Amino acid sequence: MKFFALLAVSVTWCLLIYAARDFPDFAVPDSPANGGKVSNYFLEKTEENSHVPNVVTAVLADYRGYDTMFETVVIFTAGIAIMAILRMTPGGSTGSGALPPAVPRRKRTFDGSELIVSGTCKLLIPIIQLFALYVIAHGHHSPGGGFQGGVILGASFILLAISRNLDAALQRLSEKRYLMLASVGVLIYAGIGVMSLLLGANFLDYGILSQILPATDAAMARSHSMLGVEVGVAFTVSAIMFAIYANLSTAGELKNGL
Amino acid sequence: MIPSFDIILLILLVVTAIVSLRVRDLLSATMIFGVYSFLICLLWAEMGAVDVAFTEASVGAGVSAVFLIATVFNTSRNSSD
Repeated sequence: MKFFALLAVSVTWCLLIYAARDFPDFAVPDSPANGGKVSNYFLEKTEENSHVPNVVTAVLADYRGYDTMFETVVIFTAGIAIMAILRMTPGGSTGSGALPPAVPRRKRTFDGSELIVSGTCKLLIPIIQLFALYVIAHGHHSPGGGFQGGVILGASFILLAISRNLDAALQRLSEKRYLMLASVGVLIYAGIGVMSLLLGANFLDYGILSQILPATDAAMARSHSMLGVEVGVAFTVSAIMFAIYANLSTAGELKNGL
Repeated sequence: MIPSFDIILLILLVVTAIVSLRVRDLLSATMIFGVYSFLICLLWAEMGAVDVAFTEASVGAGVSAVFLIATVFNTSRNSSD
């Protein structure tokens, strides 16, 4: 069996190396990535279409809005699937039909009262969260955006759960609250799309929103809706990241985690 | 593009990839996988793809390592194969 696996892997490797010879070299001016019609259009027209200096964010949130919306839905679905597999019901049986644990649960020995660890994290967590909000809000002017900022925001809650205990983090972001945040994020994104649909344009065609946003032209409406969309992505991603951690570290029991 | 820096990064990338697959202790495999993510993040930042590098640093080197550690905590620490 191992021989066939090795054979399959080596044949695929040879094919990939053979195909890689057709790639353009680094920094060739007329390769599709550098000088194609599409990327030149984005580079030239983004500033004019939406006043957004960071072209990557403009492509992700505006030109390819569908892609990013369903990426957010994928994150949401992954989190819901992990909860469906791991989360215990209050009666004591697991959600997926009372499977016994494969290995005995380990006990956490660190109770979160160490001065240096808790003091450092108490100082760090607000700064991490502030930085996450900056990454979200400034995503279309500098590298970053809803996804990265959301992950950093979720990581700050994970740090709180690790440095003290899971209860401290769950007090601030309870199960009900993170499920609600995750759904609200997808709702914000899809809602902005539906709003432009209701005003008579295509789904996620933000330019038309200048009719209801005060004192904006079509380009600025695109920029502002990109911010709204990024906020939606950040809601979902941060809530789901914390939810995955809380369920994975406690095997779905949501107490005495890592 | 800084060729010598690139070569060091690429060699380390291959080494960490192989080691994280071969090592028996899953906790060290997780740590080496985090190093792998961070190296590829450096490579992307150095090639100018800062957004991708940012995502890799936050998701690959940060949160996914924590998820893997949380999983190792609840399963066995040594790999059986």
